Amino acid sequence: MAYSEKVLDHYNNPRNVGSLDKSDPNVGTGMVGAPECGDVMKLQLKVNQSTGIIEDAKFKTFGCGSAIASSSLATEWLKGKTVDEALAIKNTEIVNELSLPPVKIHCSVLAEDAIKAAIGDYKKKQASRQTA
Amino acid sequence: MKTPIYFDNHATTPLDPRVLQAMLPYFTEKFGNAASRNHAFGWESEQAVDRARKQIADVIGANPKEIVFTSGATESDNLAIKGVAEMYAEKGNHIITPATEHKAILDTCKKLEKHGYRVTYLPLKADGLIDLDQLRDSITDKTILVSVMYANNEIGVIQPVAEIGKMCHERGVLFHTDGVQAFGKVPVNVIKDNIDMMSLTAHKIYGPKGVGALYVRRRNPRVQLTAQMDGGGHERGMRSGTLNTTGIVGFGEAAAICQREMAEESKRLSYLRDKLKDTLQRELDEVFINGTMDHRLPNNLNMSFAYVEGESLLMGINDIAVSSGSACTSATLEPSYVLKALGVGDDLAHTSIRFGLGRFNTEEEVDYVAARVIETVRKLRELSPLYEMAKEGIDLSQVAWAAEPTH
Repeated sequence: MAYSEKVLDHYNNPRNVGSLDKSDPNVGTGMVGAPECGDVMKLQLKVNQSTGIIEDAKFKTFGCGSAIASSSLATEWLKGKTVDEALAIKNTEIVNELSLPPVKIHCSVLAEDAIKAAIGDYKKKQASRQTA
Repeated sequence: MKTPIYFDNHATTPLDPRVLQAMLPYFTEKFGNAASRNHAFGWESEQAVDRARKQIADVIGANPKEIVFTSGATESDNLAIKGVAEMYAEKGNHIITPATEHKAILDTCKKLEKHGYRVTYLPLKADGLIDLDQLRDSITDKTILVSVMYANNEIGVIQPVAEIGKMCHERGVLFHTDGVQAFGKVPVNVIKDNIDMMSLTAHKIYGPKGVGALYVRRRNPRVQLTAQMDGGGHERGMRSGTLNTTGIVGFGEAAAICQREMAEESKRLSYLRDKLKDTLQRELDEVFINGTMDHRLPNNLNMSFAYVEGESLLMGINDIAVSSGSACTSATLEPSYVLKALGVGDDLAHTSIRFGLGRFNTEEEVDYVAARVIETVRKLRELSPLYEMAKEGIDLSQVAWAAEPTH
């Protein structure tokens, strides 16, 4: 299969690879997929409490080139957005940006799921902090 | 050294220039129909076909009359299985074959199941070898055919063919083997190996594509087949159609070269293969070899690189042609069914790479491939959440993964 220029670029120069401190209350972690399915994405974001803006995002992905590119792109897009803006990111936007073929659409779905899971985790932490 | 480098010689092989030389006259001036019995053009082609028939038969210890030319091994597999099923329908309706066979066998068997035949798909042992006791227990008085490939195309494991054939003969069952990967690579003898039918193809032994053969035993037992292609009654009535003289000449020449050079080539390739294997094992942790190394084609290596998905690895080594058992690289989006049948988990099947060395690969290429794989695996493991978790001591099999159940 031929990959798009943008997929190749993200694969060769993945942005924001790494991990944030899971125990930080301002960090949300999302892990989606399964090794048996051939892809696992871990996506983390850190929210600045005074501005409400995502100031950092990191990822690690086990998966094909399109899965790596989708999650790398997601971290790029997350930075500078509010949590609500981040929740509005749709997998179809990732498909368009990376020119993913139909067989790779599930990679973009997984990236959207990872964003939602990370924000869900962040919100849960915030809620439990408020009730504490 | 030129890139891209071809390490996918189980899929196909380049044509040996010596084979091309032998073929060239048969494209233009020697164009006769081998079935034309009454002029020199026909005799010339028939002679060339007979010579090739002998060259091929010699590699497997067969009589030239036992070689039936086809368009390739898929046709040979179809002819053997359907031909026996139809011819021996009154004797029985049961066929036995391992779950790791080539699709040309499995899909043919599935088709027969729709027509009232019963097929037993044998699982394999974890090392990739057939369980002889299980095979023995599966044979019934309705069994007409056992088909077991000589050497597997993904993991290169060589089956105990002689014992399987012996077992079949003791029970009056015919034995077919898909010999595509083994032919010309390791010594094969249809008499000693108790083989009744064997599928062969030219393009895996540095010959042309589009030509193959089926060995069909003529005595002890005499195998009869119902033709699957009707026409002029060529090839002892088993396969009609004008012979592809040019291709057959190339097939014969390719076979003769293999026979002459097998011992030396096999030594050279197993040295290169072992060097590749040893380098990868030395430089990388958590790599696993799929299938036993003890009974294996000299040119095959199949390895899983845990925590690194196969397609992404192929993408990183894009100047090297290899295959992966990852779902993403298959048409069905399922990980390798061969590895699955060995009990390799889906997680490791997704990380598997098949290296297939060939006649034209050099030691310099092996060193380059090893270095590129090592570099890319290390890079992708830096990116892999699974590698990170494993290094933290987390047991990945105990994690509750948030995967869509339908995925």
